[in-house]
Amino acid sequence: MQSLAPAIVELIIVVGAMALLMVGVFSGKKAFKTVSWLSVGVLVVAMISTVSLPVERTYAFNGMFVIDGFAIFNKILILIGAAMAIMMSFDFLAKENLKRFEFAVLILLATAGMTMMVSASNLISLYMGIELQSLALYVLTAINRDSSRSTEAGLKYFVLGALSSGMLLYGSSLIYGFAGSLDFGEISQAVAVESVPFGMIFGLVFLLSGLAFKISAVPFHMWTPDVYEGAPTPVTAFLAGAPKVAAMALLIRVLFDVVPAMQDQWQQIIIFLSFASMAVGAVLALVQTNIKRLMAFSSIGHVGFALVGLSAGTESGVASVLIYLTIYLVMNIGAFALIMSMRRKEGMTENINDLAGLARTRPGMAAALAIFMFSLAGIPPMAGFIGKFFVFMMALEAGLTTLAIFGVLMSVIGAFYYLRIVKIMYFDEPVGEFDVGPSRGMKIISGGAAALIVLGFVWPAPLIAAANLAATSLFM
Amino acid sequence: MEIGLTHYLTIAAILFTLGVFGIFLNRKNVIIILMAIELMLLAVNINLVAFSVFLHDISGQIFAMFVLTVAAAEAAIGLAILVIYFRNRGSIAVEDISQLKG
Repeated sequence: MQSLAPAIVELIIVVGAMALLMVGVFSGKKAFKTVSWLSVGVLVVAMISTVSLPVERTYAFNGMFVIDGFAIFNKILILIGAAMAIMMSFDFLAKENLKRFEFAVLILLATAGMTMMVSASNLISLYMGIELQSLALYVLTAINRDSSRSTEAGLKYFVLGALSSGMLLYGSSLIYGFAGSLDFGEISQAVAVESVPFGMIFGLVFLLSGLAFKISAVPFHMWTPDVYEGAPTPVTAFLAGAPKVAAMALLIRVLFDVVPAMQDQWQQIIIFLSFASMAVGAVLALVQTNIKRLMAFSSIGHVGFALVGLSAGTESGVASVLIYLTIYLVMNIGAFALIMSMRRKEGMTENINDLAGLARTRPGMAAALAIFMFSLAGIPPMAGFIGKFFVFMMALEAGLTTLAIFGVLMSVIGAFYYLRIVKIMYFDEPVGEFDVGPSRGMKIISGGAAALIVLGFVWPAPLIAAANLAATSLFM
Repeated sequence: MEIGLTHYLTIAAILFTLGVFGIFLNRKNVIIILMAIELMLLAVNINLVAFSVFLHDISGQIFAMFVLTVAAAEAAIGLAILVIYFRNRGSIAVEDISQLKG
């Protein structure tokens, strides 16, 4: 009898999601509030249940599902990202007349898919995890069904997401054919030979393109700006956090579990993706006027920086990516909590110029947003600096000097548009106040995130220790 | 002539390429894009089943079953999004999907 214990997190989430659908149907008018809070509860319970998971590598479901420190670390990040996304959505959805309890249930289902992705150890579980996540995210993007922007974003995300799944699947089918197995361990043995068959390399390229789509690395980034801009802001906040972590973790898992024998080849691909993402993220963000679109290019750039650590191809490189992703997740949650508070009586505003003079009208909000912008730019004394420092260090240790120097240059260009927001807030004449300030929940979330960002710079030791532990378990 | 693995792989590759081109070259109708996506997934299924038979390994056929199921769910969601999009815009022409850009 096989134990179900390693899949405890996924079980809690999916059972919770199904139960909450019933709760939502039967609880009438209060459905939205009840289901949203209960789903935060489900995520917290799932987070607590991770204590029972083993840190050393354990397989379940006939080797289809793997649990190790790396999976646990990423699961916790994903659960935090999802819980924060639900908590941030309350006010926004209420004010936009989008009080549908399905919102929280869909986030739960997407989260279940993501936690599945980081534990995949077989091409079938990889595909099922990705699809569960993507299908829920397509619906979430288009959830504001009376808005033509939201539905257009949903349609674009769907078409391009389905294309990427198709490429990933075609790659999987070729890998299956040439390796003779769907299991990651057996595939890694099949590629550890003198001359790898051409079909296998072809399949791997397709698989990696599909994954690059999910982390929105250039040249597979074209969906990101449109989807981020069109989707309702809480959905954008969710999209920019947890799914990026899950897809990056899956990419790391595939690179180190499936094709460790071809490291020289895949390193070239990752280095290229990293160069291109950093450049596009930095340069195209300069001309944006919409803050959600700006955050989309910023997330493309950050994926590029995280890939710098990955291109080192070492254990400490993986640890640096995990540190980077954790800090990125916190910065994003905080920044989006404030973006959602950019609201006038007539509705949401998304223009960067509407932030003008915020330091005079709402000094607290301006200070918090400035902290996040400094951190996103990687300026000390914010945690964003620690993240960038580690990925560039690991690249230098692996001898990738050009990549590290290019990364620093791009982060200087990136600093321009982050600091431009600070300049607009502090030195421009106010164009009109935000009538409704951040709600109490948003204040707590953004204040907490800002405190963590500063704390992460002063005392990064626990984060570094946890990331190292997670990275070590991947290489055992 | 014996029909071997190569023939199956070739037909699957042709169908997959047709699917990809169907997405990128089609300037008319979103429904055609949905059909092209379906074509890509079915090409993958041909691959999986052919490999499964030639490798004498059942897991490829199981994978094909999963792909079929997910493809059905994906088509349902795609059509649902298309319906709400049409309600907002009154058109599903590909060239009209251009409100978000920059």
